[in-house]
Amino acid sequence: MANIPDIPVWREVGTTPVDQSNFDNQSTEHSEVLIVGGGPVGLTLALDLGLKGRKVIILNRLNFVAAGSKAICFAKRTLDIWDRLGVAEKMIEKGVIWNVGKVFCGDDAEPLYQFDMLPVKGQKNPGFINLQQYHAEEILIEAVNKLDNVDLRWGHEAVGLNARDDGAEISVRSGNESYAIDAQWVVACDGSRSPIREMLGLDFEGRVFEDNFLIADVKFKQQRPSERWFWFDPPFNRGQSALLHKQPDDVWRLDFQLGWDIDRDACTKPENVEPLVRGMLGDDVEFTEEWYSVYTFQCRRMKDFVHGRVIFAGDSAHLVSPFGARGCNGGVADADNLAWKLNAVLDDPTQKSLIASYNYEAVATADENIRNSTRSTDFMTPKSVLSRAFRDAVLELAKHNEFARPFVNSGRLSTAVAYPETVLNTPDTDVWTSGIAPGHPALDAPLSDGWLFDHFDGHFVLLIAGEAFDIEGLKTIDLDSLSCGDGLAEQRYGLEKGGAYLIRPDQYVAARWQNPSAAQVVKALNKAKGGCR
Amino acid sequence: MSNLKTKPNLGDPDGIYQMLIDLHAGRDEQDSMKVNAKLILALANHIGNQQVIAEAIAIAGAGAQE
Ligand SMILES: Cc1cc2nc3c(=O)[nH]c(=O)nc-3n(C[C@H](O)[C@H](O)[C@H](O)COP(=O)(O)OP(=O)(O)OC[C@H]3O[C@@H](n4cnc5c(N)ncnc54)[C@H](O)[C@@H]3O)c2cc1C
Repeated sequence: MANIPDIPVWREVGTTPVDQSNFDNQSTEHSEVLIVGGGPVGLTLALDLGLKGRKVIILNRLNFVAAGSKAICFAKRTLDIWDRLGVAEKMIEKGVIWNVGKVFCGDDAEPLYQFDMLPVKGQKNPGFINLQQYHAEEILIEAVNKLDNVDLRWGHEAVGLNARDDGAEISVRSGNESYAIDAQWVVACDGSRSPIREMLGLDFEGRVFEDNFLIADVKFKQQRPSERWFWFDPPFNRGQSALLHKQPDDVWRLDFQLGWDIDRDACTKPENVEPLVRGMLGDDVEFTEEWYSVYTFQCRRMKDFVHGRVIFAGDSAHLVSPFGARGCNGGVADADNLAWKLNAVLDDPTQKSLIASYNYEAVATADENIRNSTRSTDFMTPKSVLSRAFRDAVLELAKHNEFARPFVNSGRLSTAVAYPETVLNTPDTDVWTSGIAPGHPALDAPLSDGWLFDHFDGHFVLLIAGEAFDIEGLKTIDLDSLSCGDGLAEQRYGLEKGGAYLIRPDQYVAARWQNPSAAQVVKALNKAKGGCR
Repeated sequence: MSNLKTKPNLGDPDGIYQMLIDLHAGRDEQDSMKVNAKLILALANHIGNQQVIAEAIAIAGAGAQE
């Protein structure tokens, strides 16, 4: 039986029994890392740390996988991260790939224009897939369950927190039982209403912007192309926007913007949803309800994501509007950024400044995502007469004037965020006319034996061309010997004989040179590990 | 380093001024606002240089000079 009513159940798991053999004599367990929250962000982090061999406890207050309407759109960067963790293939196999987007405006049945999201050329993973969040979670859970060192506990809720300088004690409740976990590091992946955030007396800051959307997930068998359709001011939802997306299993996601002043309960009544669905899909469509809900979003973040030994990641730390699919994708980026740093600090506590760099880089990512999703929201719902004039000008021009189309903002899809100013970078000293600058995400490319990213496997690596370096603890990847002859990898990195790129475990460029000495590489490696200042 | 031309650059300023005013003849304020927006967007696209546009925006937003 589901332990929390009112949340739709995708799959019953059952409450994990409390294992008293783990306790010391005070009913307390000890752990290196405790992750609070078993959503996509907590699971990704647990999987990453688990694959690095760390002992991890991860708590989920629910004893089931939740159904309902959450994320559906997963971006290439997230797929790259999940690929590094060995789970992307399953996601892609199950997911829906789409390329065509159509934008409609007003009563016109013809699209204002359409665009082709060309698949990313010469890279392993597609631009993005649509996949229900519960499917993604299931694939992550399956992978986590294979690791003996990751202890995923269902129906265990964090109810109290006692933070210290060197760790934190979390009180846990499971059914009628209570115990405590004393962890060196606690990562709060406990979602937008984060109880951990509340326990620390913290909150989101910044601009509050709210809007309401009716999310109607419906099932129907009508033959429609797998395209993203977006409407400005359609006849079936006057003055608001609407969006249609395909999901696996004949499920479609219909979003209807509702505005501010709404009666939430009335909005999800089938008799009120039906006319909207028919307005969008046609009077004759036969459909069944999967789930109807009202989604109220904000664009905000916590001021800092690191508070002593308690670290925030995902929705607990930042919220965005749904346009651009930046919520979950942004959260998975947090997990990716944090995992290798936490692992390094657990090995060597003197690398603690890495955790500060997580704060810097994850905040930068959140800001970029908030900026983009706020811009989309402002375009869809202009906040002033003048802002509306510009928006309408763009839409009116777009039909016949190609130049206006890039201004049309129906959401800018999530991409990896760059940190050109992070302290982990070693700035360029050579002059580069191509390639990837420090602080930017690396690019995948085809190689003779597969893909370049297969070699960027969660460790620091040195990407070289021809000239060998022997640096302790640093794996080198020689493009010369792996090239598949199309020159794409060399081109993307602007790499010539003797040159080198230092790549972080999270597939970001830390430094690059045209002809470095071993000493230069070692110095940059130390810096990227949070060492020298 | 300024990229925006700040020296006079038009052969027939009166003619262009007239065209701008004529564009708005017979329009209400809301419509005029939208038409101006279209014009700005078309010109911005033509200029195609963020720095130049930023400088023009800075001049426009600087307020009346004494
Ligand atoms: C309608 C809708 C559409 C969306 N579409 C997209 C999209 O297309 N793409 C995208 O990237 N994002 C999308 N999002 C956002 C995305 O769903 C969230 O960003 C994502 O779920 C965040 O993951 P998370 O792991 O941080 O938090 P959550 O998924 O909220 O997980 C939190 C976890 O913490 C657990 N928990 C909470 N409190 C406790 C406690 N005290 N003790 C133990 N466990 C606890 C919960 O049970 C849960 O397992 C959408 C969201 C909605 C609602």
